[in-house]
Amino acid sequence: MTTAEIKLTAKDFVTDQEVRWCPGCGDYSILKQVQTVMPDLGIPREQIVFISGIGCSSRFPYYMETYGMHSIHGRATAVASGLKAARPDLSVWIVTGDGDALSIGGNHLIHLLRRNFDVNVLMFNNEIYGLTKGQYSPASPLGKVTKSTPMGSIDHPFNPLALCLGADSTFIARSMDRDPIHLREILKRANAHKGTSMVEIYQNCNVFNDGAFEVFTEKATKKLNTLMVEHAKPLIFGANADKGIKLDGFKPVVVDLADVSVNDLWIHDEKDQVKASILVRFFDAPSDENTLPRPFGVFYTEDRFCYETEMNAQLAYAIETKGAGDLDDLIRGKNTWTI
Amino acid sequence: MKTEIKTDVVILFAGDSGDGIQLTGSQFTTTAALFGNDISTFPNFPAEIRAPQGTIAGVSGFQLHFGSVEIFTAGDAYDVLVVMNAAALKANIKQLKPGGIIVANSDGFDPKNLKLAKYPDGVNPLTDGSLEKFKVYEIDVTKITRTALADSGLGTKEMDRSKNMFVLGYIYWMYNRSLDNSIEFLKEQFKKRPDLIDANVKVLKAGFNYGDTVEAPMNRFEVKPAPVAKGTYRSIMGNQAAAFGLIAAAKKAGLTLFYGTYPITPASDILHELSKHKNFGVKTFQAEDEIAAITSSIGASFGGALGVTASSGPGIALKGEAIGLALMLEIPLVIVNVQRGGPSTGLPTKTEQADLLQALYGRNGEAPVPVVASYTPSDCFHGAFEACRLALEFMTPVFFLSDGYIANGSEPWKFPAAAELPELNVSFAKNELKDGEVFLPYKRNEKLARPWAIPGTKGLEHRVGGIEKENETGNISYDPDNHELMVKLRQEKVDRIADFIPLQMLDNGNEKGKLLILGWGSTYGSIKTAVREAIADGHDVSHAHVKYLNPFPKNLGDMLKNFDKVLIPEINNGQLIKVIRDKYFIDAKGLNKIKGMPFTSEEIKEKIKEMLK
Repeated sequence: MTTAEIKLTAKDFVTDQEVRWCPGCGDYSILKQVQTVMPDLGIPREQIVFISGIGCSSRFPYYMETYGMHSIHGRATAVASGLKAARPDLSVWIVTGDGDALSIGGNHLIHLLRRNFDVNVLMFNNEIYGLTKGQYSPASPLGKVTKSTPMGSIDHPFNPLALCLGADSTFIARSMDRDPIHLREILKRANAHKGTSMVEIYQNCNVFNDGAFEVFTEKATKKLNTLMVEHAKPLIFGANADKGIKLDGFKPVVVDLADVSVNDLWIHDEKDQVKASILVRFFDAPSDENTLPRPFGVFYTEDRFCYETEMNAQLAYAIETKGAGDLDDLIRGKNTWTI
Repeated sequence: MKTEIKTDVVILFAGDSGDGIQLTGSQFTTTAALFGNDISTFPNFPAEIRAPQGTIAGVSGFQLHFGSVEIFTAGDAYDVLVVMNAAALKANIKQLKPGGIIVANSDGFDPKNLKLAKYPDGVNPLTDGSLEKFKVYEIDVTKITRTALADSGLGTKEMDRSKNMFVLGYIYWMYNRSLDNSIEFLKEQFKKRPDLIDANVKVLKAGFNYGDTVEAPMNRFEVKPAPVAKGTYRSIMGNQAAAFGLIAAAKKAGLTLFYGTYPITPASDILHELSKHKNFGVKTFQAEDEIAAITSSIGASFGGALGVTASSGPGIALKGEAIGLALMLEIPLVIVNVQRGGPSTGLPTKTEQADLLQALYGRNGEAPVPVVASYTPSDCFHGAFEACRLALEFMTPVFFLSDGYIANGSEPWKFPAAAELPELNVSFAKNELKDGEVFLPYKRNEKLARPWAIPGTKGLEHRVGGIEKENETGNISYDPDNHELMVKLRQEKVDRIADFIPLQMLDNGNEKGKLLILGWGSTYGSIKTAVREAIADGHDVSHAHVKYLNPFPKNLGDMLKNFDKVLIPEINNGQLIKVIRDKYFIDAKGLNKIKGMPFTSEEIKEKIKEMLK
């Protein structure tokens, strides 16, 4: 791998293809942040591959001046697994949506996470099926009225990050299209993590599900409803950073910082899987009263071996102990006879 | 006691699926092969790992046909039927030749076993005279085995597990074979249990010695070595040969073999074999499902590996969409289908040739995929190798078809030296662009193959996908004329493969005549035997066996037109025949058997006679 002698810029990651998402789509911002971050990662363009499935988000690779594959519905995770197994030297990015990753591709997602290939998953979650024009997704809230659920959805939704944690993901983070600085930071963290980095990105579909996340993204409500977590920092939120989260046993409670000292708050620890499992369960509907705020940031990270590393280690060990394979020996086998 | 000379013998070992029948059969096979006999085998076992003991459903069989003459099939009917219990006898007696030998473990004919085999109360076939036309040798294998091992210190259960060695030893005696190979095998097999080596060898020898000492008048037989072509041979099973073919192709192409698969009968043995050879750089990936199996292989091919996926019919059905993707991406991919009885779960452990149309047409859209089918166990080596060659040369997914019969069957193989195999020259695209020139990922060469530009190649960054793409640039295009052009180009690419495969040869018979038997796949041995015999009987019949099923060899149409009649025997309800009739407008006739079993050569010979009347 040669390091880029000339410093690349975001423009170097823009293709000649016209971007065809609907005007106002949250995908534009995500594309921009990814293109902005790429030059800072220090990876030569030719070493980067974007793999997607099907859906609005999955058009992404066409807009990235890297290697790319727009595969089939739900399978980007599996395609990327094979690519990474064959080519551990590449920087592999999977772009998927809530339908692609959680519904048709749910099986591959959980297996990717447990195998912990060193790849990055960017799951654009807009809680709706956009490309098929507005049916509910496995992330849509209960009661959601869509084209296919005129009386409201009766499907209990996934809590995507809880699902990923359940599949033993080694990196779990959440960000949003409307917070470019945060998103860029999370993308860099995802890239730096050795193992599968699972990044859920809340993304507004302004055509079929406009405003699904507005309480988290709009100035007026954001501070009250979101919790930006950072490692080793207390969980603080609120209009004036005046509220905190305290753990009462295993139960998180919202406290007023006027009454409780910052020192008594829950201190975020990215390495704590038990606490992460509580944190991913901060999943109340924002409209409910006395809700916990929705966390954003890196929830959990863990150092665990990657599949491709172990695969190569086995190959190397086999060669070391048995010698490099000899085709004649293989074909001949142990028992021959001559006539 | 006298020794009778035989040219060929068919033995069926049959018993409970836990009786070690497959092991007994494969041991005799190796010993016969090492002796120089030609041989063909066919294991036939139930789908359940341990089907209900003593029942017909639980009967496992290992059929082997060996001789001092050339052998092409596992045989139509048995000369010797070795049965460990009543159910094994009941299930197989119909196929024993008149005058044939039955070696029966009498302990397996106690009232309990007779009942499980559903013989009427009080009826024991060993004593009721119903086996009069056969020679029956009753041996209480269980009792003798236990006696032989009385002071071995083993428990009854462990002692009983050696019963199959007694039978093997006895059959070795019957055919005057050395025990050496099996003793070596036992030593290797039970390396960690010296007590079991001793026990099994003791029982094996007891079986052999029983033949010598028993007072019953029993003939021994001699089957001399076969006059096969000079050379060095080994015994090979189809799945093993396919695995070797894939490794050889990857090695000859200088690529990493990536094998993404999901376990399924009868294809799993290819995975088992490949996973043993990591020192060849083989990467086997047991995926979470059939779809991940193929899509991971597509990912690996995109990265510059030789991607291969394998399954049987049900799994291939699940892979359909991804095969279409590989075809649109125009990257090399080999899809192995070890066919079994269908549809749906069908007959998992039985053979069938009913996935040909699935391979040819089983995808959405206009999706041509080349198809190569092997016809004997050893040919699976060459078939798999050839499928890889076409995939790499033409940047296309390629089907390699095998089936349960040849996958699990074995035969002697005069194996090639690695140096005799063709080199597969693969060159990844290099950046030779001039200033301002853009890379065209879908610009084609004379074979209409596009460049294989793999990630890591600076300056050739590009995007591919399943959406229709513009000619040459590969950009998304919904242009009507472009779509038609691309569909035609993808078809033309596959059609042109006909210029790069061997012409169709006749296997036997005259180039012009009254009747051509056109076969494909595992029917080879039965057809070959039948046609040989029919020609010897003076019939005007020829045999051709098609290995390239898409595209067909260029001369196939002309060959067919040289015959008054064409017969196409298939282990399905008529699939190749549809394609042949469609393509060549000839009135071919079908001979179809859909019983999960191969044709007997007799069945084909009967049809030949009927058609030549």
